[in-house]
Amino acid sequence: MVTVARSTVVDAPIESVWEVLRDFNGHDRWHPAVARSELENGRRTDQVGAVRNFRLRGGERLRERLLSMSDRRRSFRYAIVDSELPLMDYVAEVSLKPVTDGNRTFWSWRSRFRTPPGREQDLSNLVAEGVYEAGFEAIRQRVERPGNRYREPAPASTPAAKPAAHDAIEAKAMIIDRYGGAGELHEATVSAPAPGPGQVRIRHTAIGVNYIDVYCRSGYFKLLQPPGAPGMEAAGEVIDAGEGVRHLVPGARVAYACPPVGAYSTVRTMDAALVVPLPDTIDDITAAAGLLKGMTAEILLHTVHRLKPGETVLVFAPAGGVGRLLVQWASHLGATVIGATSSEEKARLARGAGAAHVILPGEESLEAQVRALTGGRGVDVVYDAVGRDTFAHSVAALAPCGHLVSYGQASGDIGSYDIGSLAAGSVTLSRPNYGHYTGTPEQVTAITRRLFDAIDRRIVRVEARHRYPLREAAEAHRALEGRRTTGSIVLIPEQDS
Amino acid sequence: MPEVYTSSILPAPAERVWGVIRDFNALPDWHPNIVESRIEGGAPSDQVGCVRAFRLADGGFIRERLLALSDYDYSCTYSILESPMGVEDYVATLKLTPVTDGNRTFAEWSAEFDCASDRAAALVEQIGQGVFQVGFDALKKRLGG
Repeated sequence: MVTVARSTVVDAPIESVWEVLRDFNGHDRWHPAVARSELENGRRTDQVGAVRNFRLRGGERLRERLLSMSDRRRSFRYAIVDSELPLMDYVAEVSLKPVTDGNRTFWSWRSRFRTPPGREQDLSNLVAEGVYEAGFEAIRQRVERPGNRYREPAPASTPAAKPAAHDAIEAKAMIIDRYGGAGELHEATVSAPAPGPGQVRIRHTAIGVNYIDVYCRSGYFKLLQPPGAPGMEAAGEVIDAGEGVRHLVPGARVAYACPPVGAYSTVRTMDAALVVPLPDTIDDITAAAGLLKGMTAEILLHTVHRLKPGETVLVFAPAGGVGRLLVQWASHLGATVIGATSSEEKARLARGAGAAHVILPGEESLEAQVRALTGGRGVDVVYDAVGRDTFAHSVAALAPCGHLVSYGQASGDIGSYDIGSLAAGSVTLSRPNYGHYTGTPEQVTAITRRLFDAIDRRIVRVEARHRYPLREAAEAHRALEGRRTTGSIVLIPEQDS
Repeated sequence: MPEVYTSSILPAPAERVWGVIRDFNALPDWHPNIVESRIEGGAPSDQVGCVRAFRLADGGFIRERLLALSDYDYSCTYSILESPMGVEDYVATLKLTPVTDGNRTFAEWSAEFDCASDRAAALVEQIGQGVFQVGFDALKKRLGG
């Protein structure tokens, strides 16, 4: 008999966690490993004895019976009735307890089961990490509203404390004085002037960290002229708006993902045109973690290449920020997704996001592995932001008349390339620039509407796994450059600044 | 019957927290309300049935009997034999559960008792916050939270 026990603390009241968990058939709406779940025989979701029949994203089908449920103890037990995974005599218990100190929730998820001999370890890991821990993280994303928690105690909404329209506000920013390594980032006091015509002044609650910030800091892109702060993405609350701004009012929750740079700051004054109001369904952290990456994914899948059901797609860095969203969204759109990544852990995340296959570095070249998976044909489209190290392999992995979308160069400049060689596969090449697709309020509104809908419907899941205080921006950059992260990174401005 | 329930997250593995609180005679070592304690009759402090007699910082005197101790569940249950609190049939349990996500511990301290009905609310508050939460706060500090 194998026992698996995992537990965590969720920073939300027990009622809000239990409300989600007690819906026995609702796991396909929150658990990243569950593709689709149905109750058999018209039973109710809280009816003891009900059987949920579902498929995992990996394709396996399972049936599980609800053995007991208690609203008093906030717990339920269930057993696997039959399963395409070899988990035998599996009985699990989910139970919540209140943490009165801080109004939080202690969540325990445990089970006992048998496995075929020799499979104890990998199946325990699958249950512990792929099911329980992945579930913890998904619920955390859903019920914790850190964007709200980190919200300032609203000096802007109290008339007495509202700054006069002509007053500049002192802000803390993480700036560089010259191009260089992560250590160039340091804290400075800056001024956020009163918004002029067409401008808005925003108190940030969460700031997104993207690879482009590294390029700005290092000087690879000249978007940032030192001294200045990097950052193209943040969420927050409108302090005040200048003349002619109609779509944003003081107190509104907003987010943006656009140049110019300067988001690494507690308060910022900027053009209002590309700042969008946030719906209630999108919290601040999710917006800051997902807007730039989500808008990028939206553009890549709907405009740069119009992905069609049945197409086969190769996504590099499928566990990374944009990559993961591409995998989730593309598989939802009916494409077969192949991920190419560097480690088993990232491969697991990619499969969890919906990748049908994941390629790891091996004896066979990438293109040979792709051809083996596609019956020798290759893929219809490649999304490649790795650049120098992968460009030639991406071309070689394409089916005839395939489309290579090169949207970044994390490994370095691609350099010059003989386009004549593309004729070997009649390759179409795109090198999109985000700004050209997001330069007008109309474009941004259309893209964010589809993105927010996709987030709300859990088609894409933005995971802000890594949070750093704003003043530790350098450490966040080191983590990003060191490829130590999966999912998004956000910076949280200190509450007292 | 009034019930008290207080719980917290302590910043150390359960095994380590248990090492601090397991000793039924060790309250003065970690709980700031308690200044001295002894086990009656020279019994070992982990002998189920033993009685601790201790003095509070405010001078009050309390005797409690160890009803159950489990190294397996990290749990300790005891009853009050004598106290200035005006409670009867008071039984309390202090229990630890590991949080596998991080080296942390979920600690629960609960009690049930009888008392004059007009004093119930005040006693629940006094015990839950003034005794149990104060104990947790001291543990958090001691364990490096």
